[in-house]
Amino acid sequence: MCLGVPGKIVEIYENNGLKMGKIDFGGVTREACLEYVPEAQIGDYTLIHVGFALNLISEEEAIETLQLLNQIADLSEEITQEKIE
Amino acid sequence: MELNLKSSFRDVGLIQSRVNEIRKIISHPWAIMEICGGQTHAIMKYGLKQILPPEVEFIHGPGCPVCVTSLELVDKAIQIASSPNVIFASYGDMLRVPGSKQDLFSVRANGGDVRVVYSPLDAVKIAVKNPEKEVVFFAIGFETTAPANAMSVLQADTLGLKNFSILVSHVCVPPAMRAILGSPSNRVQAFLAAGHVCAVMGYWEYPPISAEFHIPIVVTGFEPLDIIEGVYKAVVQLENGENQVENAYSRVVTLEGNVAAQKVIRKVFETCDRKWRGIGNIPESGWRLRQEWEQYDAENRFDVKSIEPQESPLCIAGEILQGLKKPFDCSAFETVCTPENPLGATMVSSEGACAAYFQYSFKQS
Ligand code: SF4
Repeated sequence: MCLGVPGKIVEIYENNGLKMGKIDFGGVTREACLEYVPEAQIGDYTLIHVGFALNLISEEEAIETLQLLNQIADLSEEITQEKIE
Repeated sequence: MELNLKSSFRDVGLIQSRVNEIRKIISHPWAIMEICGGQTHAIMKYGLKQILPPEVEFIHGPGCPVCVTSLELVDKAIQIASSPNVIFASYGDMLRVPGSKQDLFSVRANGGDVRVVYSPLDAVKIAVKNPEKEVVFFAIGFETTAPANAMSVLQADTLGLKNFSILVSHVCVPPAMRAILGSPSNRVQAFLAAGHVCAVMGYWEYPPISAEFHIPIVVTGFEPLDIIEGVYKAVVQLENGENQVENAYSRVVTLEGNVAAQKVIRKVFETCDRKWRGIGNIPESGWRLRQEWEQYDAENRFDVKSIEPQESPLCIAGEILQGLKKPFDCSAFETVCTPENPLGATMVSSEGACAAYFQYSFKQS
């Protein structure tokens, strides 16, 4: 419930007075509210939770976490192997 | 996307070398509480307990908002959702949470208009599209959902909506930490603080707690390496008899947190006493709407004052949420209580301790 997902801001616009944006989560695009990251610009990476950007994060960090979310299955296998060895 | 990972939070070598460091310095059993259910989930999923030395005991904290939303509020939600002319919107996890008699799913099965939304702004959109209906959003959560839930009220106000309200059950982490540490049966010796709560709130609230209770507090993320790093920092402090607040998640968290979000939270909400499911009342541990926003308070719009909740007599989730027992200690665990048929809220969300044990216990044995 409190896990945020990092994504890349690909579009910024205003809707009913709120700063909004389109966020690319490594292929899937969703709308999010950018009111809490007023300094955000197109191309920035951000941590999204329940449709709101909570803060900006470095690109490197965002890509790593996205990779992780994609490869979580491998990860548990790797750790389990490590455990057995 | 570039596949160019340098240091990585999934690097088994890194995790293993950190674990070896912990092995080298640990000389004593230590009970460390991870506050957040997302961290509990990760610990079970990756078998982190199994790769750490046996001296490290994880005590699972109450940081699963689905688990601690009071039964009374779940019953109120069910009553409101069952009322005529209502569209009831909620984060998905709340639908299977057992109330005294039924859950929100069964309200929907019986013809109630219960909708899952991804964001509270989606509930505002529903209210705009359905002016003839009352739209109620179940505003649950810790400090992580508060900026979003607060903004839904401001947005409804901007749009002049008369048919939107929220059922507020906000809970706050620092008062719960104090309640756990102040309990006579407390066993917690160090905290891994919840990373994304701190992304919003910062960690300026923690030094007084750490000093008062002489306890290390380490702000910790959610990836395996984050958690191992949090444990490492906590163990170093415990072994040296220190009690500091440290940030092991600095790539996301700053001391002051998201100031813009805190401002909006304070504009919309004020501190109140809050009942936690299974735990009971914790003074000043919640947020409710300020009086100037009371027209958006679902508890004012609907007559839900006289509800007497009834918890399953078998369920020991309260003791589990306080770190006194583990899910295996419950006679109903895996027998009568399963994620498909949960008796208590900790079996519902994958971040609840019971559901995490159920899902991953086979891997652990
Ligand atoms: S296993 Fe079910 S009944 Fe037992 S404590 Fe957990 S949620 Fe409650």
